[in-house]
Amino acid sequence: MLLKSTRNEFIKIAAKPRSYLGLVAVTILVGVILFALKADGMSFISFVTASFEQTLSFEGNILNGNLVAFIVLQMLVIHIPLLVALVTGDLVSGEAAMGTIRMLATKPISRTQLLLSKFLAGGVYTLLIVVWLGLMAVVVGKLLFGSGDLMVLNSDGLVILQEADINWRYIGGFAVAFLAMLTVSSLSITLSCFSENSIGPIVTTMAIITLFIIIGTLDVSIFDSIRPFLFTTHMAAWRSFFEDPLPKDDIIRSVVILLAHNVVLVLVALYTFNKKDITS
Amino acid sequence: MSDKMIEVRNLAKSFGSFEAVKDVSFTVNRGDVFGFLGPNGAGKSTTIRCILSLIAPDKGEIFLFGKSMAGHRAEILKKVGSIIEKPDFYKYLSAERNLEIFARISGVHSSKKEIRAMLDFVGLAGRERDKVSGFSHGMKQRLGIAQTLLHNPDLIILDEPTTGLDPQGIIDIRNLILRLQSEQNKTVLLSSHQLSEIEIIANRMVIINQGRSVIEGEVAQLLNAEELIVNIEVDQPDKALSAITLNFPDVRVHEVDGSRIQIITDKSRIPELTVTLTNQHIGIYAIESKRKLEDYFIKIVSN
Repeated sequence: MLLKSTRNEFIKIAAKPRSYLGLVAVTILVGVILFALKADGMSFISFVTASFEQTLSFEGNILNGNLVAFIVLQMLVIHIPLLVALVTGDLVSGEAAMGTIRMLATKPISRTQLLLSKFLAGGVYTLLIVVWLGLMAVVVGKLLFGSGDLMVLNSDGLVILQEADINWRYIGGFAVAFLAMLTVSSLSITLSCFSENSIGPIVTTMAIITLFIIIGTLDVSIFDSIRPFLFTTHMAAWRSFFEDPLPKDDIIRSVVILLAHNVVLVLVALYTFNKKDITS
Repeated sequence: MSDKMIEVRNLAKSFGSFEAVKDVSFTVNRGDVFGFLGPNGAGKSTTIRCILSLIAPDKGEIFLFGKSMAGHRAEILKKVGSIIEKPDFYKYLSAERNLEIFARISGVHSSKKEIRAMLDFVGLAGRERDKVSGFSHGMKQRLGIAQTLLHNPDLIILDEPTTGLDPQGIIDIRNLILRLQSEQNKTVLLSSHQLSEIEIIANRMVIINQGRSVIEGEVAQLLNAEELIVNIEVDQPDKALSAITLNFPDVRVHEVDGSRIQIITDKSRIPELTVTLTNQHIGIYAIESKRKLEDYFIKIVSN
């Protein structure tokens, strides 16, 4: 029954115009960035490499597909939550607003299965958005700019990764980025269980993300103890895959914290949804 | 299999300080078209939502097919089809696609042919590919009934299915319900705030008011078609009252209000009574009869 209900959820997501908004937005945003880098990418790179030109000389195609994909990811990963929440935040509350939740809840499927099917469908949709972002950034980036070594500037300085050593890092990076976006999806679905309109959970999800990001960036000691446990702190964990040596402990910690968030959110949602009086 | 399809005992449900249902009890037997009658706000929808496990009751017991919902939910709901208040569908999907979704979640695989046959049964043939967003309220009600029948349930629960329909729509839905009972032997629980509707369709009924069940029984018996409340408006009420009490000792005088005399009598006595009054040169301005339950129900509603 869980799979049947999940299939229903896919049909519903596929039929809603807003579901395509995320894919269209990613396509346009990546397209704009790629166009800008193609048109005037070298001046953008020069701005970054200027400080190293005294000590290092750069040869070959610096502005290649790998660097472009990295720039795209860095620019867009923070904006993807809105595109995810736009669809997942509507999965339960949208049914309540339409009244269809009443019809679903009188069918011979448990509320647990009903809600889990929504989490599964939301997860698959999130994966689709992340994969699409990856395809647009990495594949189209390489097609337009060619391949080459990846030069990454992080807090420890300049890291240069060999061309042959990059693809697995993208796969790992996208997997962690997906986990972060899955947390956003779980958060919005959980909030959706408390609401009977579509907008509330979407706005609340974005408000929580904004609040957590502010807490994460504010250099105030009172937040030191909670900062490592906020999921937003780990939304940029994908970048760890582009460090050398690989900070395995940091990556594992981020994965565990993001997974824990997902588990807690699903449990809260299941408890709430199972106890909820459906009066809509 | 139990002959009691629904058994509700001493049901109570509050929302905060508001007691929506205080004490409702009734039994629906196999093959009944059972009227669940009450004015708006009496607690009908809350009771139905409790029966279908949409909301958890505070007190009382509910048994469907002789079993409690706890532990038997899926097994019970496989045999129940329902529309609560108004049928809501995915507006961005076609009628056919909506039915596919509800059939799948009801645990049955309905082929396109079966779905189209069902749409034909409810009078929506040819509209299967149309999006529900373009459907009228009446069409949605028909689609709602198709949705309740897809998994061939034994028990159908319809909450105010004719609300908002035009006269033809009301007749169509009534006929559809009667066909379900006569052709497919379904048990139907039908809620309504209109006694006339229940009178036409149901064989048994319960009246609820202010969250309490007031009376339950056979519709024919409760409506007691023979004994009526008769209001007679005359020009000489004292003379008329004497004539009635003298000539009709079996007739009970219920109330006298100015020129209006209210009596309770058998239907067959009315022509004779009219002739008697006329023979005594008493002018009759109006004569109006109501069944006792109808009057009782109107009092409930007006209160």
